[in-house]
Amino acid sequence: MTAGMPFYVSPEQLMKDRADFARKGIARGRSVVVLQFDAGIAFVAENPSRALHKVSEIYDRIAFAAVGKYNEFENLRVAGVRYADLRGYSYDRSDVTARGLANAYAQTLGTVFTQESKPYEVEIVVAEVGATPEGDQVYRLTYDGSVADEHGFVAMGGGAEQIETGLREAWQPGMHLADALALAVRLLGADPAGGEPRTLAPEQLEVAVLDRHRPRRRFRRVQGDLLARLLSSDDPTADVPAGDDGDSARGAATNPQTQRPEAASEGGEDA
Amino acid sequence: MSAGADSGRLPSAYLVPGSSSFTDFLSAHAPALLPSRRPLPPGAALEAPHGTTIVSVTYTGGVVMAGDRRATMGNVIANRDMEKVFATDEFSLVGIAGTAGLAIELVRLFQVELEHYEKIEGTLMSLEGKANRLASMIRGNLGMAMQGLAVVPMFAGYDLEEGRGRIFSYDVTGGCYEEQDHHSVGSGSLFARGALKKLYRRDLTAEQAVRVAVETLYDAADDDSATGGPDVGRRIWPTVGLVDAEGARFVPQPDLAPVVDAIITERSEEAR
Repeated sequence: MTAGMPFYVSPEQLMKDRADFARKGIARGRSVVVLQFDAGIAFVAENPSRALHKVSEIYDRIAFAAVGKYNEFENLRVAGVRYADLRGYSYDRSDVTARGLANAYAQTLGTVFTQESKPYEVEIVVAEVGATPEGDQVYRLTYDGSVADEHGFVAMGGGAEQIETGLREAWQPGMHLADALALAVRLLGADPAGGEPRTLAPEQLEVAVLDRHRPRRRFRRVQGDLLARLLSSDDPTADVPAGDDGDSARGAATNPQTQRPEAASEGGEDA
Repeated sequence: MSAGADSGRLPSAYLVPGSSSFTDFLSAHAPALLPSRRPLPPGAALEAPHGTTIVSVTYTGGVVMAGDRRATMGNVIANRDMEKVFATDEFSLVGIAGTAGLAIELVRLFQVELEHYEKIEGTLMSLEGKANRLASMIRGNLGMAMQGLAVVPMFAGYDLEEGRGRIFSYDVTGGCYEEQDHHSVGSGSLFARGALKKLYRRDLTAEQAVRVAVETLYDAADDDSATGGPDVGRRIWPTVGLVDAEGARFVPQPDLAPVVDAIITERSEEAR
């Protein structure tokens, strides 16, 4: 800070210091890439931990991805699950939206940024998969509560700028999952300093998708053998198999009386 | 819904680390939404629709749960196509007897409870954990039960650790008992249990267990006026759910028609 005025810090300087502090914290972490593909939205993070997730399910069509301080974004994730479950329980499952959650996060991050002793060192994405790619919504929220409505792709964390440059060049609408994952993994492995790129193995990655063709809970983690096959250039696997890890027979409504999935619904009454 | 949840920043209760229970979160943050926290006016018990008979049968590698479709209010049939068996998560089913409105609300809360835990903890709750969570919800309903609004569920699920289907029954005070092989609850359960003892054997296949469950409900409906038999005219069959290593699913209604037809034909031929 400026010498000679030890007791007064201008609001501009205070905000700038806080923003610098948060940005530094975020830039130390490894990156997360969120990108649309033909059947949904993919989340790819370099994360060797199987237990501490950077990408998680919030609700039927909504997922969360974050970079920065784990305890802070974990706190926000849990708050998001509580927000979504309470809202869906009070109204209906279809009334829980990414837009509503992004707003609540923005207000929370904004208040913490200006009023608390230190801002959250996090950057998050709230994404909702629609029935068609046009219906997909991706919101990026930064440490100060700003929200951006993103289309196509987002990168957050340490090497975000270079990764976004790479995505701008190579990402295309309607990519297959295997191509989208290969692109994200290649960009995550690139060295921002221009050195030799690293090849990231499936064990070093945390990958999940919001698959618009799944019933009710669209979130699915992609790991192990399936991830290895999707990333391998000689393997023909280009997409996650439909409905292989059975979703519950619960349908999309909140009311147990109306919650049967369409396929299994009554042939009786209308016969 | 409590103030602050729709607009503005997330209330501080949302950001408190700790509990992965949705019911605990509700009781701290929005207690009015809990069925057990509703004050009841003193006075006579009210008349509300009642759900009736649920049966559950284990088979090799899983368990079947079936419920009739009738709800009664005194001598009136309140509903003839009500669902009383629900999938509560990927590996469990719950069937309800007792006050229908409260029971459905309880199932709804239980479903959110299980999914909430799964999302926050990143892992499925154990089968016994689920059975115990349901017990604590029934316990919370004791005040209502004493005013005549009892809820008596039956819980069945596939135990991923042990690789078999298991059945749990409850009493109104929240007592939770594991049942062996088969069980039935509700107004027609006395007749159903009698039928189950004759029809059940070990090593049933899933198809045989479905047939046993449907025939048991047929017997219960024969002797209990509150249990609905198969409605041949409207083609309304019982709700039949299965849960095994593949997860929970319902037998589609068209697939039940031949099962019901076979039972009716057989029984009328033998005039029993």
